[in-house]
Amino acid sequence: MPIHDSPLNTQDSDLDRFRFRIAFAASAVVLAFAILIGRFVYLQVVQRDYYTTRAEDNRISLVPITPNRGVILDRNGTIMARNYSAFTLEITPSKVDNLDATIDALAKVIEVLPKDRRRFRKLLEESKSFESLPIRTRLSDEEVARFAVNRYRFPGIEVKARLFRQYPLGAVASHALGYINRINKADLDTIEDNEQEANYKGTDHIGKTGLEQKYEFQLHGETGYEEVEIDAGGRAVRSLSRTAPVSGNNLTLTLDARLQEMTEKAFGDRRGALVAIEPSTGGILALVSTPTFDPNLFVDGIRSEDWDQLNNSPDRPMVNRALNGAYPPGSTFKPFMALAALEIGKRTANQTIFDPGFFNFGGHTFRDDKKGGHGVVDMYKSIVQSCDTYYYMLANDMGIDNIARFMASVGLGQFTGVDIEGESKGVLPSPEWKKAHFKRPEQQKWFAGETISIGIGQGYNAYTPIQMAQAIATIANDGVMYRPHLVNYITDSKTGEKTLIETQPLRTLPWKPQNIEFIKKAMIGVNKEGTGARAFAGAEYESGGKTGTAQLFSLKGADYRGGKLKQELRDHALFIAFAPADHPKIALAVLVENGGFGAQSAAPIARMVIDYYLLGKQPKGPAQDDATAPDEEE
Amino acid sequence: MFQQLLYRLRARLVDHIDGPLLTIALALMAFGLATVYSATYDANNRALSQLLNMCVGLAAMWAVAQLPPQKLMRFAVPLYAIGVVLLVLVYIVGVKVNGARRWLPLGFTRIQPAEILKIAMPLMLAWYFHKNEAALRARHYLIACLLLLVPIALIARQPDLGTAILVGAAGFYVIFFAGLPWKVIVSMILACAGAAPFVWTVLHDYQRKRILTLIDPTTDPLGAGYHIIQSTIAIGSGGGFGKGWLEGTQTHLEFIPERHTDFIFAVFSEEHGLLGNSILVFLYLLLIARGLMITANASTLFARVLGGSITLTFFTYAFVNMGMVSGILPVVGVPLPFMSYGGTALVTLFLGLGILMSIHSHRMLVKK
Repeated sequence: MPIHDSPLNTQDSDLDRFRFRIAFAASAVVLAFAILIGRFVYLQVVQRDYYTTRAEDNRISLVPITPNRGVILDRNGTIMARNYSAFTLEITPSKVDNLDATIDALAKVIEVLPKDRRRFRKLLEESKSFESLPIRTRLSDEEVARFAVNRYRFPGIEVKARLFRQYPLGAVASHALGYINRINKADLDTIEDNEQEANYKGTDHIGKTGLEQKYEFQLHGETGYEEVEIDAGGRAVRSLSRTAPVSGNNLTLTLDARLQEMTEKAFGDRRGALVAIEPSTGGILALVSTPTFDPNLFVDGIRSEDWDQLNNSPDRPMVNRALNGAYPPGSTFKPFMALAALEIGKRTANQTIFDPGFFNFGGHTFRDDKKGGHGVVDMYKSIVQSCDTYYYMLANDMGIDNIARFMASVGLGQFTGVDIEGESKGVLPSPEWKKAHFKRPEQQKWFAGETISIGIGQGYNAYTPIQMAQAIATIANDGVMYRPHLVNYITDSKTGEKTLIETQPLRTLPWKPQNIEFIKKAMIGVNKEGTGARAFAGAEYESGGKTGTAQLFSLKGADYRGGKLKQELRDHALFIAFAPADHPKIALAVLVENGGFGAQSAAPIARMVIDYYLLGKQPKGPAQDDATAPDEEE
Repeated sequence: MFQQLLYRLRARLVDHIDGPLLTIALALMAFGLATVYSATYDANNRALSQLLNMCVGLAAMWAVAQLPPQKLMRFAVPLYAIGVVLLVLVYIVGVKVNGARRWLPLGFTRIQPAEILKIAMPLMLAWYFHKNEAALRARHYLIACLLLLVPIALIARQPDLGTAILVGAAGFYVIFFAGLPWKVIVSMILACAGAAPFVWTVLHDYQRKRILTLIDPTTDPLGAGYHIIQSTIAIGSGGGFGKGWLEGTQTHLEFIPERHTDFIFAVFSEEHGLLGNSILVFLYLLLIARGLMITANASTLFARVLGGSITLTFFTYAFVNMGMVSGILPVVGVPLPFMSYGGTALVTLFLGLGILMSIHSHRMLVKK
């Protein structure tokens, strides 16, 4: 090839240059593809697990299966709370464009009452829009069928089978059982604090009060899961696996449902509370607070008119008086004062005082209810006849610190630890309490005169019925004190294993047996020949008791005639009792708000309860006030 | 006699067809068909209609392969002119679909003129350089650039970034193979880098968003980043050997968008894993290698620059598509060659193959 041939030479060099560029391009291609392969290796080898997880997360949705809530049974196996399955019609607001128009259209297919709409509105305000909310509950089979036919017209609306809580006894024991309601923000915090978030996916109800609240995490059970394959649009494609839920544990109570029901009836339309305890175990046999309410109202969202009625009623049915009402114990305080005196050694049983009908202290006259006084009074007579002067003197001799120390030991003014949340502490008066309770220095000082009325259960004294019941049960059980409790045992739904709630006494008080015996004897005397004798006339068993009246209204010096006063100004009537006397099976405290004297309205209820519990006697209707019952003064 | 007739017919059919190119293309199409089937068999299966597209494409390829490059040259100017005129028409009376004005209504159907430029552009520039082969001056390169930039600007304005990139690349490859000096190339790259901030201000919002989400797809997981996130999940979860044909969960549960068209690679990759990807990349590499071989042996400048441009366009398609689906390049509308569903793109690709085959089979004639 002639090298000097310039055109050809140019062509050759052009071709070489071109081929170099081809080679260059080829290298660029190889390099680019190498980068791609590198990227693939990174994604598919190095990051494989990460992306596999992401893909699985994409396609698998865990659908929670809510467990059956545990059942609540009374001591005899009567069902007090259970579940039933029913169809509900639910709307997922986020999937519905125009809620009102949709509900209007729906109402043409299935009856939707104004109250249903109101409840739905209320739920809507409280919930997140992607939750499905019931517009109708308890659909009939016919309604389900009717909706199914029209379903295509209502995207975002579904028929769901849900478990509902039911309280078959209705209002009976509602203050003990409590109720469940939809989970709110505060409940979510509780769930979080207990690290139960995962377990509550799919659960929309939670125990709000009573045992339903206290034993929530026992009753709830373990949520099961269904793994469902979903597509990008969130539609379920198929089920992959299923982990069955574990039902909640069942509660078996110490409560006797029949006794409870009978007791609530015995109250009639009176407001009040009764706590009956089995002294040898601390198990609560009946926990009554009247008026009651029907917990079934709350189960699928309470209607606002029901809610208003419950909350605005002057009788305040939502208040659990047994745990949250703090009342002066009145004369029911006296047996405890007497026992304290014996234990401390301030009195012997036989020591007597002379009661002229009043007690002067620091220029103030403390009156006895009985005009002219009880005359010569020993300890037995002071309890049986409820002599005030005896206890004015005793309180003065003992001093407030001794009184407070002893009363604290029997649990008065202390949290009992009953298995319901939110009990009140009441007031155990003492100089320390006064200092902490009042703000102004002149109010903080304890006056010796204040100790005097403390002695007869008045003054600052304020105890809850359950505290009184625990205290009397402790005397009945010879000083062996139990924490009052409603649940006897929890049955594990998986293993069937029963776990007792309370196996050990709270404490054993170091009381001398003869002192306890004496107090019991005096309380037996009350029901035989004293203020309780009329209520317990003709009883087939021996029982001990003590009447009490908590003064609400003071007619200074004037004659007090309860019957002539307006009902809401009348005193609270109290009665504490235990029976049978030799081996007590039941100890109780009754309070009737504005019931007048203890013997008048509280003692007859106690008689009915004990008659029923020991003898199985059914009362005929509510307890009648004993209009001619003796005043404390007799 | 009959025997001879048959022989001649066969010769007539096969004469200008390049065996290696056809084999590689058929292999890619087989993968493509299987993947389109997998991506669409749940509903509205497109495999059959894709097979039909392929047949049309093969026929077009065969037809073009019969034409010697000299005849192809005659199409250069008219095709280019028609393309540009139609682009201008689109700009004036085009139909807006999804915010982009890409379509020209023809009454009974509508066409996408930009597609024509994918072939017309390299043809035109190759013809231009061929015509001025004897004395290439700087002005020729400048005019070539102008010929390139006018239609690109029109396409980019539609906006159709994917096609603009492909047409631009095809044109640039012609200029590159025609011998654009290195120093010009380097300074152009530097100029581009310098112009980037300016380009940023010209870009449409959705284009900016795509670039931003490319840098960090998680900033917009439900919006623009969704495509990239889901396709990288599909690829990554495919692992070494894939989940198996028809078994891709990302695909069949519809997490992958555009899964039978632009994002078909995610489907393939999920079901066949790194192994499948490697085979696929290897096939593209073979295709390009064969194309470059043909180009290197081409006898005229026209054939050389045209062949080189078409071959590298195949590369551009493949690289940009796989790069965007695997999340290293921004999402632009570029199909995966011979894999993605779609008649127009497929026919364009086959025309390219036909041109390569024509270059290959007619080189001897020219040399003689």
